[in-house]
This record gives sequence, C-alpha cells and structure tokens, in this order.
Amino acid sequence: MSATVQAETFDCRVAFADELIALAREDERIVAVCNDSVGSSNLTGFAREFPDRMINVGIAEQDMVGVGSGLALSGYVPFVCAAAPFLTGRALEQIKADVAYSQSPVVLCGMSPGMAYGELGPTHHSIEDLSWLRAIAGLGIVVPADPAETRQAVRWAAGAATPVFLRVGRFKVPAIGSEFRFGEASVLRPGSDVTVVATGSMVSRALDAAAAAAEQGLSVRVLNMSTVAPLDEQAIRKAVRETRAIVTAEEATTTGGLGAAVAAVVVASPSPVPMRMLGVHREFAPTGSTAFLLEHFGLTAADICRAAVELVGSHA
Amino acid sequence: MLVADPRTAAAWRRFRQEIADAGPERRRAMLRERANQSRTTDLHMIGRAGLGHVGGDLSVLDILTTLFFAVLRVDPEKPDWPDRDRFVLSKGHTAGALYTTLAAAGYFPEAELDTFAAPLSPLNGHPNRVKVPGVETNTGPLGHGLPVSVGMAVAGKLARSSRHVYVVLGDGELQEGSNWEAAMTAGHRRLANLTAVVDRNRLQQGARTEETNSLDPLPDKWRAFGWDVREVDGHDHLALLDAFQHTGDERPTCIIAHTIKGRGVSFMEDRVEWHHKVPSPEQISAAVAELAR
Repeated sequence: MSATVQAETFDCRVAFADELIALAREDERIVAVCNDSVGSSNLTGFAREFPDRMINVGIAEQDMVGVGSGLALSGYVPFVCAAAPFLTGRALEQIKADVAYSQSPVVLCGMSPGMAYGELGPTHHSIEDLSWLRAIAGLGIVVPADPAETRQAVRWAAGAATPVFLRVGRFKVPAIGSEFRFGEASVLRPGSDVTVVATGSMVSRALDAAAAAAEQGLSVRVLNMSTVAPLDEQAIRKAVRETRAIVTAEEATTTGGLGAAVAAVVVASPSPVPMRMLGVHREFAPTGSTAFLLEHFGLTAADICRAAVELVGSHA
Repeated sequence: MLVADPRTAAAWRRFRQEIADAGPERRRAMLRERANQSRTTDLHMIGRAGLGHVGGDLSVLDILTTLFFAVLRVDPEKPDWPDRDRFVLSKGHTAGALYTTLAAAGYFPEAELDTFAAPLSPLNGHPNRVKVPGVETNTGPLGHGLPVSVGMAVAGKLARSSRHVYVVLGDGELQEGSNWEAAMTAGHRRLANLTAVVDRNRLQQGARTEETNSLDPLPDKWRAFGWDVREVDGHDHLALLDAFQHTGDERPTCIIAHTIKGRGVSFMEDRVEWHHKVPSPEQISAAVAELAR
C-alpha cells in the first residue's frame, strides 16, 4: 500500500480553530456561536482572545442557529459551531427557514461529523447530514479532506456571503495537498479506467485505493469532491465520458448524499456507466470505534479498490 | 424585491410627525383610524386572494400600527439602513397584517397588495425578506422569530448601536420550545435592546390556548426567564405606546398584549373558526361597514 497509510494524521478541528482565530484578528465581523461546545468545537482559544465575540447560548441548537442568523442579517459573519448531529438534526428547520430560505450568510460548522464519535453510537453520529442538507435550496455544503483544505474552506466561507455548511472532521486524516475551490472537484490522481469520487475522510482512502488498483493494472482517477452542493457536474460528466465506471465514497448514508448526487448526473448522461456507492446503507451503526465502523461499513481503501476492480475487472 | 413608494412614504413621515406633536386623545384617534384602515384593506385583500389568517391579522393590527406609525426608528425608503430598528413578525401567518402595514408606510406601493398570494407574487402567504422590503427574516414555521431577534439584539450590542429590536409573537406559538431557549438567552445576556410583544388573543388554530396546552401564568414564565414584563390592552394604542417607551433597565422587555382575535368585526371576535376562514363578499361588506362606524 502507499505511503499515506503510515503518514502523520490530523484532526481538522485544529486547523479550523487556528484559521478562524487568524481571520477574527483581521476582521471584527467574525463571531462564533456555539451550544456549550466551546471545547469540542475547539473554540477555547477563540473564546480567550475574543470573549465578546464568542456567543455560547448553551445547549440550545434551535436558538443557536436563529441567533446566528440574526447576527448574519445584522452584518456579522457568524461561525455557528456544534457537533454535526445536533446542529443538523435538532436545528434542521432553522437551517432551512432562518438560514437558507432567508439567504442569511451563516457558516454552519458541523463538527466531528460522520461516525467520528464511534462508540458513543448513532445518536452522536452524523451520517444523515449530507442527505438532509442537500435537499435544502441555496445551502452550500463543503467537506474538506485535510487540514490545509479546511483552512482554505474556512477562509472562503468567511467571505462567501452565502449560507454554507462546513463539515469539520475529527477523525484523523493525512495531509493530501488538495486545493480548495468552492464548487469544483479536485483531480488528485489522473486515471482512465475507473473514477473514484470521494469526500472528506474518504479522500485519502480513495488515493490509497487508486495506488492499490494500479498494482492490479487498473488506472483509477481520484476526484476530491469537497463541495457536495452545488455539485461539480462537469467533473462527473467528464468522468462518465473518459472512464468506464464510477465509485463514490462518503462517511455518510448513501440515501441522498454524495453518491446519490453523483448518480443523478450519471444517469442523465448520454451513455451512463456502472456505479457503486460506498457509504452506510440506511443502517444505524453497531458499537465500535470510528476506525472499526469504517471497516464494518466497507469504507477502507481495500473496499474502494475492490469496488473499482469488480466494476471493470482486473487488468493484472 | 419590491421598492418604496415615495409619496406614501412622505405621507407616513407627515403622519409620524403629527402623532409626535398631537395630544393623547388625538394620538389615540389617529392610530385607531389608521389601524382600522389597515383592517379594511386586509379584509379586502383576503377576500380577493381567497386565503389568509383574518383572525390573527385583526388581533395584531393595533400592535403593528402603533409600532410602524409611532415607535420604530425606520425609513421605508431606506429599508437597509444599518442602524434602523428591527421588526420581526414571528407569527408569520399574519403576513397580511404586516403587508398592509408596510404598504401604508410606503415600503412598497399599496397596489401591490392586489397580488397577495397570486402566482409568483412577492407577497407570499408568509413573509420573505428577499422579496419584501421591511421584512427582516423569513417566518412562517412558529418559534423562529425570537431566536433570530435575539441574534439581532446581540449584534446591536456588539456594534454598540442604539437600535432596538422588536418581535411580535403569537401566544399559541409559545408552545414551541425554541422560544424558551431564546427567552433564556435574552434574559441571561440582559438584552435591554430587545422587546417581545405577545399577541395574547388566547386562541390558537384549533381551540383556546388554555384548553390546548396552557400558557398561564404567562407573565410569571417570562419573569422567571429574566424579562421585565408589562401587561397591556393590546388594542389600546396609548397603553401600547407607553409600554414601548419604557425600556432601558438591564432586562429585555416582554409586553403581553391582551387582544381579541378578529378584533373590530363583531361576528369574528373571539371565534376560533376565524383563524383562517375566508369571509364571503357579504361578510366583507358587513365587516367594512362596522369598521367605518
């Protein structure tokens, strides 16, 4: 397997917090709003340096998102931070009505998404968020894949003046050197047989999978789809034209997330190609660590590689 | 986005000045007449559209009229003026009352009211800030206006602005828990620049509030959350004015405005079926005649 397996890994919340503090030093409109999650959202440093601009409403997510929207509509740039399951599940109607429908430029920061909370179980997992939020008009969905991309996404979101959901990972990932451009997929590896479209924690695994597939004679393209909505449809159509199959990988339910978004583009293509969607298939997770659960649900590099090979056959 | 009607806005400015200069009885008469004109406009609008929430519109109109014609520091021709007072109608289903009030103040031409609820009209059944000047946030689902208003009040404090935030809540809507999350935040943060008005007409869509999920003792609840509470007759413009002028201690203010759903039209008053029933042309004529008396 490739070198990234042994590479140093990072919690993206650290990069998130560093960049937010740096931005707040430059721009006094930046404020943070949270639900008692100063610690788990990594906002301790922000709160120390900008106590007036840290609005902790306590354990009250609906209030938190409404307050964030009121701040945004008054000219501030609120980063509304909470564990992703509670932000998106508890305050979904506020996200829809107060933020997206009101065109209120709030940056909703879903911390520790996917199955980052491992053994704490499905109540604390946020695998539904991509499906829920992708159904909401006018809301950008951004899932950075590593610390550098997290920093770039934070900086972009602060100036975006549009409602956005930022999924900030806790599960440690290696640096992959992807450049963030909102609405655009990054081609991290060229390939002509199969395209793997991955997001967030799955991107480094997709790269490892492509390296493993190469050993079997398969040329695998890797797209980092760090913007899940609006989707870079052009990159998908290009993959349909230029490769023979598509695998999607996301730490989320496949009901309506990345895979579903990609599939909608694939089936509308003149010559659709076969697809495999990796993720959680409408199941609550059993007890286990994040690493265990990713393996349990077939979200390892080996699983991604196997899916690619099964779709087009090995050339080895 | 609709644009202001300068002539009506100018008339609104003259009216505001007259109100400021008038003695109490004249002031009361002017606001009463202005509110009843809005009631008449609202009834016609609902009749034309074939939908609306007439009962709640009529109960809240004295509150809206007092705010827009005597209290709010706003400029209908500059709806984005950063230091304007903010007004949020949390009970968004009474959009008709808000639209008639905004049009009377010149935020947009009154003729636009003819399009209420028509296909592609900016005047949707619930207010949309992107399309209607004077609307600060989109409401409709209940329990949303207070948290957003708390955010606006926090912003006002951060910006060290003297602007004030007013939010009107339905009483039935207080059954939504999000209000109490926000009420707690406002009390905790001592948001003296925030005033919540509860349109306490004691009826919700299907029945009386106290038969459904009782709210009383309502003043005690707000007090317990750290608010300065006043109770007024929500159809007495002078009492409302007095309550609005009293802010300034270190707590947010809650004005519990005791109102009558369907106020001003005897056959609608305090009757649950007029929550969103549409009056017939004959009923509209009778209602308008009664309001003109």
